[in-house]
Amino acid sequence: MAAITMKNIVKRYGDGFPAVNDVSLDIRDGEFMILVGPSGCGKSTLLRMIVGLEDITSGEIRIGDRVVNKVAPRERNLSMVFQNYALYPHLTVFENIAFPLRLAKVPDDEVQRRVKETAELLELTEHLDRKPANLSGGQRQRVAMGRAIVRQADAFLFDEPLSNLDAKLRGQMRTEISRLQRRLGVTTVYVTHDQTEAMTLGDRVAVLRKGVLQQVGSPRELYEEPVNLFVAGFIGSPSMNFLPASVDGGFLDTPLGRFELRDSRKAAAIGDRSVVLVGIRPEHFEDASLVSEEKKAKGSIVRVRVDVTEWLGNELYAYVPYEAPEELAAQLRDLSRELDSDQLRTQAVVALDASSLISPGREAELWIDTSRVHIFDPASGENLTRDEERVEQLSRMAEESRAAQREAQREPAG
Amino acid sequence: MHFVFTPPGGSAAGLLDLPWTVPLEDWDDERLVEIRQRGLSRHTVRFVAEGGVVYALKELDARLARREYRLLRRLRSLGLPAVEVIGVVVDRPDLDAVLVTRFLDYSSSYRSLFANARYGHPTDRLLDALVELLVRLHLAGFMWGDCSLSNVLFRMDAGAFAAYLVDAETAELHPSLTEGQRDYDISLARERIAGELFDLAAAGTLPATVDPIAVADDTVRRYRALWDELTREEILSPADQRHRIGERLRRINSLGFDVDEVELVDAGPSGARLRVRTRVAEPGHHRRLLMARTGLDAQENQARRLLNDIAAFRGYLERVRGGPVPEVVAANQWLAEVYEPVINSIPPDLRGRLDDVELFHEVLEHRWFLSEKSGRDVGTSVAAQDYFASVLPAVPEDLTETGRPPDRTS
Repeated sequence: MAAITMKNIVKRYGDGFPAVNDVSLDIRDGEFMILVGPSGCGKSTLLRMIVGLEDITSGEIRIGDRVVNKVAPRERNLSMVFQNYALYPHLTVFENIAFPLRLAKVPDDEVQRRVKETAELLELTEHLDRKPANLSGGQRQRVAMGRAIVRQADAFLFDEPLSNLDAKLRGQMRTEISRLQRRLGVTTVYVTHDQTEAMTLGDRVAVLRKGVLQQVGSPRELYEEPVNLFVAGFIGSPSMNFLPASVDGGFLDTPLGRFELRDSRKAAAIGDRSVVLVGIRPEHFEDASLVSEEKKAKGSIVRVRVDVTEWLGNELYAYVPYEAPEELAAQLRDLSRELDSDQLRTQAVVALDASSLISPGREAELWIDTSRVHIFDPASGENLTRDEERVEQLSRMAEESRAAQREAQREPAG
Repeated sequence: MHFVFTPPGGSAAGLLDLPWTVPLEDWDDERLVEIRQRGLSRHTVRFVAEGGVVYALKELDARLARREYRLLRRLRSLGLPAVEVIGVVVDRPDLDAVLVTRFLDYSSSYRSLFANARYGHPTDRLLDALVELLVRLHLAGFMWGDCSLSNVLFRMDAGAFAAYLVDAETAELHPSLTEGQRDYDISLARERIAGELFDLAAAGTLPATVDPIAVADDTVRRYRALWDELTREEILSPADQRHRIGERLRRINSLGFDVDEVELVDAGPSGARLRVRTRVAEPGHHRRLLMARTGLDAQENQARRLLNDIAAFRGYLERVRGGPVPEVVAANQWLAEVYEPVINSIPPDLRGRLDDVELFHEVLEHRWFLSEKSGRDVGTSVAAQDYFASVLPAVPEDLTETGRPPDRTS
C-alpha cells in the first residue's frame, strides 16, 4: 500500500493545449480519492498519468517514496479494476481469481492462502469450485475484483467502472466497492463524471475543471463550503441556484425579492461590490406556511410565482422562473452548459416539504434559510463567504468518521 | 428505435425485421446460426444469416456501441485488418444497443484451431499473426486495451495465418502511442493469452506440451523483437551507409511492412543515425497486384504464391511461343487454363471447407509433394484430382465458418 503524490503535474498535447494544468494532489495511504468533473476536465488524463499510460509533460508523481514518471505501467504495482475483465468459462472461480498469481509463478501454498483470503473478503468462498456460468451478474463482477485484490497492488484505479452496467447492478457494485475499499484499506483512485457516485464513495473528492484542480475535500466540505461557483454548481442535484443580486447595505435585491443578509461576516465579505451572485441550495427554501415563527425570524421570506411543481413523495420540487440582467444571464447559461446541465432557463429550483400545498401558477411565500446562502463574486466566481473555520471542522469530522468506519469494517463479522 | 447502417446498407436491409425489441438472448429467429468454438465475450453475441452473409450481433451499452462502431470504421479506413462494421441499432426500448458486424468469411477462432488436430500445434503461427496485428495497430496509434486470442479471428493465408481484430470495445485512437500505452497493452495481452490457454487446458483441448505461461511470455518477446526491428534507430558508419539502409528496408519489407520515411541524422564522426518510420498500411502489395491482374481477392501470402505461379506459367508460355508474352495476357490465360479448371472441379460436397484461393494454394503444395515423390512434374490437374480424393475430405467441416448458412436438417 502506498500514498500517491502529485506535484505540479502538467500534461500538454502536441497542439500545446494543457489537458492537465499544474495539478498538485496528495492521495494518502489507504484513502479513497475521487476525481470528478465534466467531460474534458482532465480527470481521466490524470488517472492515466498515475497508471503510466500518458507521459508527464512536467511535474512529478510518486507512488510511496518512488518517483514513477519514467516507470513502465507493469512496474508500478497498480491494479486497474474492471477494465475489460474476462472470466474463463472452464476455469473454476478459484482459478479465475488465482490466475494472475499463476502467471507470476507464485508458489502453490501461497496461491491457496491468498485466493482463500480474497474469496472470504468477497463472500465467494462457497462458490470457489463453481464455474463462472453459474454465478449471478454481481458475483461475476466480484470475481473480477478478486483478481485485482489477489495481486496485492499498492493501489486500485478505477476509470468510470460502472458506466456500462445497468442501474441496479451499478447500485450494488457501488456499495460493494465502497465496503471492500474500507475493509482492505487500499489506496484507491476513482474517476467518474457522476457527482452522485463521487459524493457517496469517496473519502475525499477532487473536482477538476478544464485541467485545473478546483477543490479537494470531503464530500460534505464540497457541498457545504465550495470554493467557487463551478464547484458549487457541479456538486449537488438539483444544482445550487444562483441569483444575481444588487447590494444595498445589509440587503440583497434578487429577482425573487429583497432579503436581509443578517450576517456581519458575510456582509463584510461582499466589501464594496454592488452586484454579486447569491447561491442558495434547493433545500434551503421552505414553504413559509410550514415554518415556525421562531425559525422564520432567522431567515427571510420572498413572494414568488411558481411555474411547475413536482411531488416526489418525500419532497416537493417547485420551479420558479426569474428574469436576470442579460449579462449575468449569459454567464449563468455558460456555467450551466459547462456543468452538462439540462437547465437552460433562468429558474430557481426549490425543494419543499412534501406536505406543502403550494400549487403551480399561483403566488407563494417561500422562506429562505439565509444563514446557509453563499455569495459569489460574479467576475471571478470565487465564493466570498466560505467559512474556513467550518472547513477545518468538517475535515476533522471526515477524518474521524473515516477512522471509525475502517475500525468497524476490520472487526471480524459476527 | 434507431438503425444506423454504413452505406451501402442494401444487404443489411434484410436485418431490419429481426426482433429488435426483444433481448438478444431471447431471440428465436430461424435466421440465427451457431458459430462453433467461438471466442469468449463479455456480452451476449449471436449470429444471423441473411442473404447469404453471416452477421455478428453484439448487445452492449449504447455509448460503447457507438464508440466501437466509430472505431471499427476508422480501423477499416486506415486499412487495418478488422471486421467490417455494418451498423448499430440504438434506442431499443429498455434495452442496450446492438452492434452489427459482418462475420469474417472463412475465418477460425483460436478455439477451433486448437481443437483441430489438422493444425497440430498452431501456437507459433497464431502468435506471429497476433503480434503482427498488434504491431500494426500500435504503429497506427491504436491502443487495443483488450488484446487477446478471443478478440481476433484468424484466416488462413497460404499456410500462415492472418489475424483480424473483431472487438474494439476498449480501443483508443491516439496520434501516436506512448511507451506506457504499448507496455500496458502488451502486458494485458500476455495476461489474456495465458488466461485463454489455461482455459483451453481446463477444457482439455490444449496439447499437453503447450505451456500457457511460456506462450504468453513468448508473445511479449516476439512483439518486442518485431517492434524493435521496425522502429529501432541505428548508427551507420559512412562507409557502408547505403548498403545498410538497403538491407534494413529489405528486412522491413520482408516482414510485410512498408517504409514511410527514412531519416538520416548526423551523429558526428561515427556516422549517421538512421531513423525509419514504418508505415501502417495493409500489407497489400501482392494482394493489389493479384487483384489488378486477375480480379481474385486473396490474402497477402496467398497472393504472393499465386503471382509466383502466374510468373512460372508466363515463362512456360514464352518458351512455347518463342517470344515475349505480356503479363496481362499471361494472367488471363492462367486464370482460364489453370486456376478456374481447378476451382470448377471441386466436388460440390467439399465446397466451403476452405476458401477458393487457399484451396488452390493447397493444390499447388500437393502438386509439389506428388512431383517430389514421383520424380517428375505431375501437373496441376492431376494434383487437383488427387487432392480432392485424398486430402480435402479430411479437412474438418467446422474448421472455418464460411458465411453460408449451414444446411438445416430437422
